[in-house]
Amino acid sequence: MYAYDELDRTLINERVSEFRDQVKRRLSGELTEDEFKILRLQNGVYLQLHAYMFRVAIPYGTLSSKQLRRFAHVARRYDRGYGHFTTRQNIQFNWIKLAELPDALADLAEVGIHAMQTSGNNMRNVTSDQWAGVAPGEIEDPRIWSELIRQHTTLHPEFSFLPRKFKIAITAAEHDRAAIKIHDIGLRLHKNADGETGFEVLVGGGLGRTPFIAKTIKPFVSGRDILSYIEAILRVYNQYGRRDNIYKARIKILVHELGIEKFAKEVDEEWKAMGDVGLTLDHTAIEEVRSRFSYPAYEKLPHMPDELKQAAHDKLFERWRKNSVSAHKVQGYSIVTLSLKPVGGPPGDATAEQMDAVADLADKYSFGEIRVGHEQNLALPHVAKRDLPALFKALDRLGLATPNVNLVTDIIACPGLDYCSLANARSIPIAQELTRRFANHDTADLIGRLHINISGCINACGHHHVGHIGILGVEKNGEEFYQITIGGRADENAQLGTLIGPAVPYAEVADVIEDIVEAYLALRDRPEELFVDTVKRLGVEPIRERVYATR
Amino acid sequence: MVTANRTWDGAVVYRTAKQGWSTELSDSAIVTTSDEARALLAEATADDVGAVGPYIAPVELKDGGKVKPGNLREHIRAKGVTIDLQVPA
Repeated sequence: MYAYDELDRTLINERVSEFRDQVKRRLSGELTEDEFKILRLQNGVYLQLHAYMFRVAIPYGTLSSKQLRRFAHVARRYDRGYGHFTTRQNIQFNWIKLAELPDALADLAEVGIHAMQTSGNNMRNVTSDQWAGVAPGEIEDPRIWSELIRQHTTLHPEFSFLPRKFKIAITAAEHDRAAIKIHDIGLRLHKNADGETGFEVLVGGGLGRTPFIAKTIKPFVSGRDILSYIEAILRVYNQYGRRDNIYKARIKILVHELGIEKFAKEVDEEWKAMGDVGLTLDHTAIEEVRSRFSYPAYEKLPHMPDELKQAAHDKLFERWRKNSVSAHKVQGYSIVTLSLKPVGGPPGDATAEQMDAVADLADKYSFGEIRVGHEQNLALPHVAKRDLPALFKALDRLGLATPNVNLVTDIIACPGLDYCSLANARSIPIAQELTRRFANHDTADLIGRLHINISGCINACGHHHVGHIGILGVEKNGEEFYQITIGGRADENAQLGTLIGPAVPYAEVADVIEDIVEAYLALRDRPEELFVDTVKRLGVEPIRERVYATR
Repeated sequence: MVTANRTWDGAVVYRTAKQGWSTELSDSAIVTTSDEARALLAEATADDVGAVGPYIAPVELKDGGKVKPGNLREHIRAKGVTIDLQVPA
């Protein structure tokens, strides 16, 4: 956990007072909506179909039990009893009243939570690997760097009015769980030949109307220089990024139009011209932030405790353990993913009761800590293996032990037309129907790892471009239709999916997805060949032929 | 009709013939020409304190004069989300 200092607490509290005054002036008519809109967006407040939506940041996906309980309180007191975890380590409340928002913000500020820069054309919540600090083989905890960047960019005057929103993600593990290649800047921690820790810097990734996978702009930037290098990238973007056309304003368009070599040259020239602007991170500055992260006092525990051996005969437990429990860097401990994808449930939603209960379980079994991943699931990062059987029973009672992590029903979905004012089509009912079609866990296990991502419009909040199967809702003559892509992926080998055929109407989407999965099962060369690898080996055509032959 | 979201809570509201706002679609002022629609929108837009983001939206007039939302988006705004809000436990 990261402990905020007095400066952070003051900043957050001042922000609440400022926003309270802005809301008061808006409700009295002193501020027009045009004047107020940019202010509310800077505090994570959107206006959706039915109500205001309040997006709250969970920096690098780390939460304390106290903070999660406060989310439950906000859901219960100011909303309709639930919240929605997003693909960027935020939580959204969908039914909040503007008049009550300052109180909700104040309640969150008491536990160090804020909504600054969760919307608007600025630096958004810096995201990271939800297993940061506990993943085996990690170079070091990437949250140290996420926090340093967060501190530097929060309310930075030069980055508060960028051409468009700007997103950074950081990973320090071999397997990229932070989807860094679909971010404006992706940072991969690694060590150079001299053993120095630094970053591979990628730039220009993003989805939406014009999707791009990020390209490497510099293979190694040392940790001490990372702030100044990011500043140089942002200065070039700020200077050349287009403000005349919202669809061409993201840095990915600039990188694409200039070419990565030219863009890199511009950044290098800016970096050199900046000289020493006080952004070099010395050892003391880095260690100061590192020291504010606390880590559990792990016990020395056996690799295979008796409790785990005794529970091995329980088939339900074993299925869940194999699916949702992952290796921890400390012997005797595990990382446990809590699926927020129950059969028939809206992906990523959690009720206030579930949030309270998870907070209690975190206190009991995970040193009071919870993580949030971009796949819209939660995780308990420090669970002693001896506690796994008891934890499973508790999670099962809460509906949080669906053994479907990374399987076909672990669907990423945006809120879609049920909530979102930008959406053309619904996402959640499609996801719900698919979870019912593939509800049999034996079938899901047989299929293996398969990520379905659904977006209700081209803005791609559901990351459809990088789903192994991507589903994009469009509107045709007033009806909901869905374009389907296959072969995308968001990890270290990120790539965009390929359109498999004509868009299909709402009622046929689940049938088509079933046919695609059946085609894959028939075409894979062995049970271990994952869906995405079969598509890579064969291309789209053999699957297209099978799925669309009779359509 | 012209619809918007109420400023203080964001609730869906419809412009009425009495130059006010109502949460009931059946209370909305229905117009049938583009000139009338533009005039209704201009009058609604002038009330920046009462509601946010007014726009013209279609309705269907059923037998007996009953007013129905004219597309899926307006149906969802009028009737609520199409999904069960409760997370299955």
